[in-house]
Amino acid sequence: MPQIAVLTKLTDLANPTRFLGLASRLLPWMAGITAILFAIGLYLSFAGEGDYQQGMTVRIMYVHVPAAWLSMMCYSVMAASAIGTLVWRHPLADVSHKAAAPLGAAFTLIALATGSLWGKPMWGTWWVWDARLTSVFVLFLMYLGLIALNRAMDDPGKAARVSAVLILVGFVNIPIIKFSVDWWNTLHQPASVIRMGGSTIDSTFLWPLLIMAFAFTMLFFTLHIAAMRNEIWRRRVSAQRRMAARMAGQTSEKGA
Amino acid sequence: MTHTFYIAMSYGIAALISLCLITWVWLDGRARAKELAELEASGIRRRSAPKPEGKEA
Repeated sequence: MPQIAVLTKLTDLANPTRFLGLASRLLPWMAGITAILFAIGLYLSFAGEGDYQQGMTVRIMYVHVPAAWLSMMCYSVMAASAIGTLVWRHPLADVSHKAAAPLGAAFTLIALATGSLWGKPMWGTWWVWDARLTSVFVLFLMYLGLIALNRAMDDPGKAARVSAVLILVGFVNIPIIKFSVDWWNTLHQPASVIRMGGSTIDSTFLWPLLIMAFAFTMLFFTLHIAAMRNEIWRRRVSAQRRMAARMAGQTSEKGA
Repeated sequence: MTHTFYIAMSYGIAALISLCLITWVWLDGRARAKELAELEASGIRRRSAPKPEGKEA
């Protein structure tokens, strides 16, 4: 019985009207927490000392690594939503993966740009076609493709189902990105935070990194909820305009 | 180019993209809310929307 109660509560929350109510209550708090976390994270990033090898360029890591994590997490959120679209045909799942795609593209772009800016002074090159960099670039192209697909179709339900299939097929790229540094010989260094045996980073650098990662994650969820709310409103506007057009058509028929 | 240039560019690009994203989501939300308010003001309401006060059957 408790499982049924939990399931009923989740189903209630998945109702778009209830979601809008929850979003309006949560968003100010989430935005505030995000701003505070960024203030703390940025202070720690610039207050700390440089690395003995990288010098001050270690500070690039505090934006590059969280953006790279988010580029994969955002796609994972989209994959979970895609399952919601295909299995339960839930409109909120459609809205979720459509709203997340531009956010994922933006975080992937930040990861690619800051990685390149770190690579030039550290590796001596802006870019190499190694497995990690190439697979992240493919992820960026996939985000762009999904945004284009969603905008190319007029019927949001049909666009959501086609996108959901593509998202799930493209999910194969996420473990490739994560394990590319272990499976192939890459210029990109192997995992140093999330790895078997614990982090290899000194706590001086780990704390600013974790707080910045938390700040970026909160920014993602805040923007995702706000973008989902906007998408629900967009669909309501278009439904109400269709209704207005039908009403206008009926009135003119009666008048004729 | 000094290391300071690469650090400043990294934070600058990250800030620019993040701010563009925040502004886009915020402006999009404002535009949609305005459209909904205009539709409601012209009497176009969703069938499931609660009726305004004084219009109860």
